[in-house]
Amino acid sequence: MRRFLRPGHDPVRERLKRDLFQFNKTVEHGFPHQPSALGYSPFLRLMAIGTRSGAIKLYGAPGVEFMGLHEENNTVMQIHFIPDQCQLVTLLDDNSLHLWSLKQHGGASELREEHRFTLKGPPGSPPSATQVTAVLPHSSREVLYLGTESGNIFVVELPSFRVLEDRTITPEAVLQRIPEDNCNRRSCELVEALREHPKNPDQILIGYSRALIVLWDLQKNKAIQHFLGSQQLENLYWQRDGSKFISCHYDGSYTQWPVSSDNRQSEPLENTVPYGPFPCKAISKIYWQTTKNGLPYIIFQGGMPRASYGDRHSISVIHGSQQTAFDFTSRVIDFFIIFSSDPAAEFDDPSALVVLAEEELVVIDLKSAGWPAVHPPYLASLHCSAITCSHHVSNIPLKLWERIISAGSKQNIHYSSMPWPIDGGTNIAPDPPQRDLLLTGHEDGTVRFWDASGVCLHLLYKLSTVRVFLTDADPNDNMNTLGEDEWPPLRKVGTFDPYSDDPRLGIQKIYLCKYSGYLAVAGTAGQVLVMELNDEDAEHVVDHAEADLLQDQEGYRWKGHEKLKTRDGPVRFEAGFQPFVLVQCQPPAVVTSLALHSEWKLVAFGTSHGFGLFDHQQKRLVFVKCTLHPSDQLALEGPLSRVKSLKKSLRQSFRRIRRSRVSSRKRRGGGGNASEVQEANAKFDQDALQEMELAPVQRKIEARSAEDSFTGFVRTLYFADTFLRDSSRHCPSLWAGTNGGTVYAFCLRVPPAERRMDEPVRAEQAKEIQLMHRAPVVGILVLDGRSTPLPEPLEVAHDLSKSPDMQGSHQLLVVSEEQFKVFTLPKVSSKLKLKLTALEGCRVRKVTVANFGSCKTDDYSENDLAVLTNLGDIQIISLPFLKLQIRYPCIRKEDVSGIASCVFTKYGQGFYLISPSEFERFSLSTKWLVEPRCIVDTPEVTSNNHVHNKSGTENAARKS
Amino acid sequence: QFGAEFRRFSLDRYKPGKFEDFYKLILHIHHIANLEVMIGYADVHGDLLPINNDDNFFKAVSSAHPLLRVFIQRQDEVDYSNFGTNTLSRKKKALVTLRNDNLRRRPHINISLPHDFRPVSSIIDVDILPETHRRVRLYRHGCEKPLGFYIRDGTSVRVTPHGLEKVPGIFISRMVPGGLAESTGLLAVNDEVLEVNGIEVAGKTLDQVTDMMIANSHNLIITVKPANQRNNIIRSSRMSGSSGQSTDSTASHHSLSTSHVLQNFHPDEMESDEEADIVIEGGLEPQHIPKLHSLTSSSLSRINGSSLSHRLQRDLVLNNNSGRESNGNIHKLLSSLKTDPRHSLVIPRGGIEEDGTVITL
Repeated sequence: MRRFLRPGHDPVRERLKRDLFQFNKTVEHGFPHQPSALGYSPFLRLMAIGTRSGAIKLYGAPGVEFMGLHEENNTVMQIHFIPDQCQLVTLLDDNSLHLWSLKQHGGASELREEHRFTLKGPPGSPPSATQVTAVLPHSSREVLYLGTESGNIFVVELPSFRVLEDRTITPEAVLQRIPEDNCNRRSCELVEALREHPKNPDQILIGYSRALIVLWDLQKNKAIQHFLGSQQLENLYWQRDGSKFISCHYDGSYTQWPVSSDNRQSEPLENTVPYGPFPCKAISKIYWQTTKNGLPYIIFQGGMPRASYGDRHSISVIHGSQQTAFDFTSRVIDFFIIFSSDPAAEFDDPSALVVLAEEELVVIDLKSAGWPAVHPPYLASLHCSAITCSHHVSNIPLKLWERIISAGSKQNIHYSSMPWPIDGGTNIAPDPPQRDLLLTGHEDGTVRFWDASGVCLHLLYKLSTVRVFLTDADPNDNMNTLGEDEWPPLRKVGTFDPYSDDPRLGIQKIYLCKYSGYLAVAGTAGQVLVMELNDEDAEHVVDHAEADLLQDQEGYRWKGHEKLKTRDGPVRFEAGFQPFVLVQCQPPAVVTSLALHSEWKLVAFGTSHGFGLFDHQQKRLVFVKCTLHPSDQLALEGPLSRVKSLKKSLRQSFRRIRRSRVSSRKRRGGGGNASEVQEANAKFDQDALQEMELAPVQRKIEARSAEDSFTGFVRTLYFADTFLRDSSRHCPSLWAGTNGGTVYAFCLRVPPAERRMDEPVRAEQAKEIQLMHRAPVVGILVLDGRSTPLPEPLEVAHDLSKSPDMQGSHQLLVVSEEQFKVFTLPKVSSKLKLKLTALEGCRVRKVTVANFGSCKTDDYSENDLAVLTNLGDIQIISLPFLKLQIRYPCIRKEDVSGIASCVFTKYGQGFYLISPSEFERFSLSTKWLVEPRCIVDTPEVTSNNHVHNKSGTENAARKS
Repeated sequence: QFGAEFRRFSLDRYKPGKFEDFYKLILHIHHIANLEVMIGYADVHGDLLPINNDDNFFKAVSSAHPLLRVFIQRQDEVDYSNFGTNTLSRKKKALVTLRNDNLRRRPHINISLPHDFRPVSSIIDVDILPETHRRVRLYRHGCEKPLGFYIRDGTSVRVTPHGLEKVPGIFISRMVPGGLAESTGLLAVNDEVLEVNGIEVAGKTLDQVTDMMIANSHNLIITVKPANQRNNIIRSSRMSGSSGQSTDSTASHHSLSTSHVLQNFHPDEMESDEEADIVIEGGLEPQHIPKLHSLTSSSLSRINGSSLSHRLQRDLVLNNNSGRESNGNIHKLLSSLKTDPRHSLVIPRGGIEEDGTVITL
């Protein structure tokens, strides 16, 4: 036992380990969880997103990414870039301000926090006196104006955050210059907006919440002009030339105001309620963008009629007679417009609208007709339907890669062809070493194919399995189809749609053969689909078979969901992966394991009841094997609801509540059955919750027994060509491992290729191994005579792997949650083991063989086991001697969904979900490391805005 | 020496005295004082049962009517698997003795041989542990009893250079009545768990410790700091105590099924006590059977590499209906068979009966 604990004493091995293994969390893919603030620098062409957990992420050109984290983990409320600088200021909800800089270090830029500051009022003043509501970084880059709840505007020096007390703009000073009859002290409560004059840096516009707007001269320290609106103010926006500004209000109106030096108090030029006349919701932000043709773009958030559309999250774009209200599926956090940043340009000429919604980033091309969306190269909403499983395939052959991209491009024709408009910084990372695919299965029955080769996780292609089935969803139920005269002119945008019409469609297991293009996908209702890649649209019948996994077991009643109904007759499939075989398990329990052998044309699948083997060439079920213990009522009854974690059941009941709210809105009447089920489910979850609350925190110590529940649950399936019966002849075999620690081995007879269609595939049980410790079997692997794991199907045929050594004796590695155990073959006798749980109290959650190359020499690589435990540790264990090499803490052990979502790659990288919408990428290898490395050029240092303007003019002149 | 020698002698039925003395007497009578021998007797059912401590010696004497048949074998020839099985008639090296009068005892380290009973627990490593700690080994092999205890989080007080300090600890929170843990009497509610199979628990979570205990459940060694420190083993006297010396009153109720053995704990020994996986070749038509002795020779049986034949096993089971000592092993076999009942045995329902308990498959 001690020999496992003792660190290795071999110095050569220790040195080699340093050359092979190294742990790094490299990049976060996907969309930030709970975004709370958005900022944009037209100068750097970088976008910043802040989150409720205090993270700040900067994005530019694809591959240009920075991340920072506020120590306080407080919500980021506002983000402001310092004009023409590589600096930004964040305001958190604890009223602290933070200055961040992009500095070059070691050839690449890094985001670092430089200073922090909290505004302090005079002693005894209420907290509201210094509660910052508006931040204006002045174009001089020397000071920051901070509007507060008290109406005071404080001036702080940058970068020291020193308060310049003599320059504070107090409400009293403002009111001195304003006639008292229409204003009082209360008019100057709460600064809502601060805007610098676009042409004259000495003037700023101050908007108070109670609709008093003041144009303030910073030099003379006095109000130049004041404007009095009738409705509570939400925001302000200057027109480019500074002759007019626009204000938007709580009642859904916006107002244009003229600016002139002679007029002390102005009357509005125009006051409009765009979605009137009935009461409307507030317009919280507005842009007024000028164009060459004279017609401005008016872009604003909100303002929908309160009664009928008050629940919509919309941003409206008005350009002449064109008007569209972009309708988002989640709350709009903030938005900005990308327009001509050249200060000398006469017009704004907006090119794109960038909207940060709570669950996705949407970019609208304002230059192309119809205002199409732009396909983002990053910040993909991984969770547009909840992720239910993932599968990684390394080193995709170019041919397959191109075919997937081509299938995907046919799906993306409605996207704009505009190049990605946020293109700041330069990606200096080396090209990704290989083409990698990450496949995610989703609750709505789709599989998404992501380019996971580099820093930007990019959607290549989306596959839907829904077409094969008849579902409750009415295909014509499209909320987008609006008549010509619909008002308001809503248009749904974005891809985030968390509501699954039928949870049975959920994808649970995916297996892609990268050589043949065969894809097997299995789901929640026991459905197993085998697909083939087709470059053209096609209409065909999907062959359908049923696999009765209970066989002769009688007298049991399945209390779970029904199996999915299939569509009769031919079905039209778009180019891409098209299903040709559907196997439905009976009872229709969730598929818990899946294996595909593309060379033998066999697919194996397992549920909590048993497993089966299907010949997808002859379209014939080869055999089924029931693994269920007859007394295991829980597994018989239905879904694994009773063993779900508390977290999961809570999450699901919330989702159900949300879903039921939506569905009741969507389809009134009808679907009574569904709601009953939901109620029953909700009640069940509640009961389970209560049960858990009552139980004291104690754990039962009991050996596992054959009578435990879910022992028949098939955890892993594995195909191998090995010596199963005797040591002279090897044959194809199928291995299955269950939750109860049983391993079944079946000897297969696959007819040779020329007679493949004529003779049936036969299977015969050859072995059954019951592990005495009865822990769930999570991995099975056969090592060849050189102790190398057997290659994947077709790998040798494609010359990508050495043929396995069929001379020496093979070994069987069985990984249970508790132990790693090597057995001899064909006679199964224990040879070697590593008792992980007994030694460390952790259990194996995920295990994969990974190839590690040395960073020192190109000609050394070895295979090891990468293991994730239930404590969130990653361990690397050598093959075939099962020696622990190294251990890294990776995921918090409380993060159950993170641990469950982890997927390893074949080359020692991995992904796990850090939120429903984000994958953290990590690397265990010194050789394969995908991380952002980018540079943001430092702007030329100019002493003031005026000089810069001049240089800008010069640049523009040079360009033209 | 051990051909077939028969001696008769007498013993006081009501004052049988100590086993050690009896042992000496036997050796003396047979002039084999220099040999290690194993003494057995035939009980009323004709089963061969061992005599190796005061308790079973007394039992043996009291059950003699009127003749007690005592069998003596060389220690190294003893086939332990014979105990409890109906094999008496085949015994060759038998000696019949009459009752004799009392004699004096002699100290002997083996108070009882672990092989003679199905051990369920033992205290080990007494010589290397602090007196306040107790290392308990629970043998689940060959026993159908559940381990039967629960653990919880708690705080324990440690003496440190800075004074008393509260540290988190793991404690036994509950004992299942009739469970193995309770029946040993060596563990009690509120005992602090310090180690599991030689690995310290400090710094590990409740769930980790739970997983470690379950992973070691076939041979669980727990080091505890008993909540009740009054019953601690006093080292100076550990050689002279009775078999029930381990302190505790409940143990005496189970004196027949409980034996307390002192033995040092060697990590390597734990390795060798590896549980064995069962491999069935050919699936539907299993061919082989593990050797009988491997199932009964020790509490931790070894079936590795061999395979089970259900038919033979059924024979074994049926043949041993009257067996007592081997019940646990049968249970173990049966429970291992239950993993896949579909291609198992054609045993009729209720066909196996043991001690009134009906086992159905």
